[in-house]
Amino acid sequence: MTTAELIAADSGTTILIKALLVFVFCVVLTLMSVWGERRLVGRMQERPGPNRVGPFGLIQALADGVKLALKEDLIPAAADKIVFVLAPIISATTCFMSFAVIPITGQVSLFGKTTAMQLTDLPVGVLYVLAIASVGVYGIVLAGWSSGSTYPLLGGLRSSAQVISYEVAMGLSLVAVFIYAGSMSTSDIVAAQSTWWYGVVLFPSFAIFAISMVGETNRAPFDLAEAEGELVGGFHTEYSSLKFALFFLAEYVNIIAVSALATTLFLGGYHAPPGLGFTEAWLGGWFTGIWFFSKVLVFFFVFVWLRGTLPRLRYDQFMQFGWKILIPVSILWILVVATLRTLSLEGAPRIVVVGFASFVVLLVMAANIGFDNAKKKKLASLEVETSEPSFAVPSIPMNVSNINVSQSSKGGDHV
Amino acid sequence: MSEQLEPLKKSEISVNDIAYTQMETGESVGLLGHLKGFWVPFSKIFKKTLTVEYPEVKAPTAERFHGRHQLNRHPDGLEKCIGCELCAWACPADAIYVEGADNTPENQMSPGERYGKVYQINYLRCVFCGLCIEACPTRALTMTNEYELADDSREKLIFEKEDLLGPLRQGMLMPPHPMYPDMDESNYYKGDVKQSHPSQDVK
Repeated sequence: MTTAELIAADSGTTILIKALLVFVFCVVLTLMSVWGERRLVGRMQERPGPNRVGPFGLIQALADGVKLALKEDLIPAAADKIVFVLAPIISATTCFMSFAVIPITGQVSLFGKTTAMQLTDLPVGVLYVLAIASVGVYGIVLAGWSSGSTYPLLGGLRSSAQVISYEVAMGLSLVAVFIYAGSMSTSDIVAAQSTWWYGVVLFPSFAIFAISMVGETNRAPFDLAEAEGELVGGFHTEYSSLKFALFFLAEYVNIIAVSALATTLFLGGYHAPPGLGFTEAWLGGWFTGIWFFSKVLVFFFVFVWLRGTLPRLRYDQFMQFGWKILIPVSILWILVVATLRTLSLEGAPRIVVVGFASFVVLLVMAANIGFDNAKKKKLASLEVETSEPSFAVPSIPMNVSNINVSQSSKGGDHV
Repeated sequence: MSEQLEPLKKSEISVNDIAYTQMETGESVGLLGHLKGFWVPFSKIFKKTLTVEYPEVKAPTAERFHGRHQLNRHPDGLEKCIGCELCAWACPADAIYVEGADNTPENQMSPGERYGKVYQINYLRCVFCGLCIEACPTRALTMTNEYELADDSREKLIFEKEDLLGPLRQGMLMPPHPMYPDMDESNYYKGDVKQSHPSQDVK
């Protein structure tokens, strides 16, 4: 029985319970991840992080939420009121929606009924997630536009340009997965990874996805939409109270959602790591949820690690990286993967497949050496220029230091 | 030789005389170099934090930290302050206000003729420079290491004499009381008075 058939047999109450569980999972995980991120970043910066509210500061996020809810709710006079209220709602709802197709556990029994912890299984599940993520951008753009203020507008524009650019790379990186899995349904993709994870087999796709998901969620080092030094708070500058809390919630649920998607597509979803397959039957199948959860946490840790390590990129560098590196590389990679897949499906002899693969590897190495040489040549030409500056330089007003040193070392008898 | 020490005129320096330093562009750090950068924050997770958890843990200040002032006493309990106002005059922030008064046989607060009747330090003005301590001729005014001086009103931050006076230690008597028998103020300053005499206890 496949997961799709299992889910199709769900009764109405089971679906309701599962929807509730998914919602609670997201909200609790958000609260915990806010705490976890602040603690981790704190440790990385040689400070303890929040540790005063509750044991180890565990309910800090809850206290922050209560504080936000009790704050004054302002709507600026210049704001477009309806859109201003609508924007955070769009942001917060769309991020939850992508969780509907994520398979959290394998086959489990929920109150005596056999099912799987996945709300619904669409034949185009991954496309649905991408579509929902695109709708989520509306929340940010509309928030920036409706605030009636300059910085939010700039932040919103930046953010939309960023998310749309990186969605292209993200979508392209998924194509290789679709080619290999032969399906866009999340549960089929997980099932197809029972022997090898796609994160290993399709490593370049995984790397591109991992980079673009940071861009997609507006997180450091790609958090240009909220660059404090340039744009104050970015799109949410004018927001306060619960509306701000919704944006905050949306950001963290988004991180969890893309981490869950990456787990599903590249790290074998709820399956145990190779060699630990016997654990999947523990707790009546619920143990698979723990594997899923820990993989998501690994991704979350990487998000925090990136934030603790890398400085924010400049906007043009960021766009160049997306359009000039990530997207061309993904397209070339798709060509290679498609060729290899076609060769093996058509039953080509092994020697042809290996020959093609090694040809590609040689081509990449040659291109790499070519790039290196070009770079060195450029550097060498720069060195020639610096030895004789052609540009105007300020004159140095005094030239005494050298003379002083040499004379005083002789005994200072010049006075 | 000496004229060479004069700064050269602008016209005497041409662009070619200035030595140019080549900025080091640096070799490419490679993949391992990038991973090294990621290793630094990761390894910090397992190291001790630098934070002092202040209200619970109070790290000791430097030995000679400039904190709240204290008015000291002679070993028999008489005040050292003679109301000379030198501290007030030395204060660059005008934070100290002193009013002196005459000692009388019935009301002997300090050895000698005068004592400080009113002594106020305004901690909203004080900059903790310590010039008052340098100015004090009798070493009556010193500074403690106490730094928790925040409060919620202006009145509470003007410290009166009784807030500033040091505590009575072993062998001290609360003034006013007569000076140590057969001693004058110079004996006090020489340190001849070690503790109070039974005859000084007037109560």
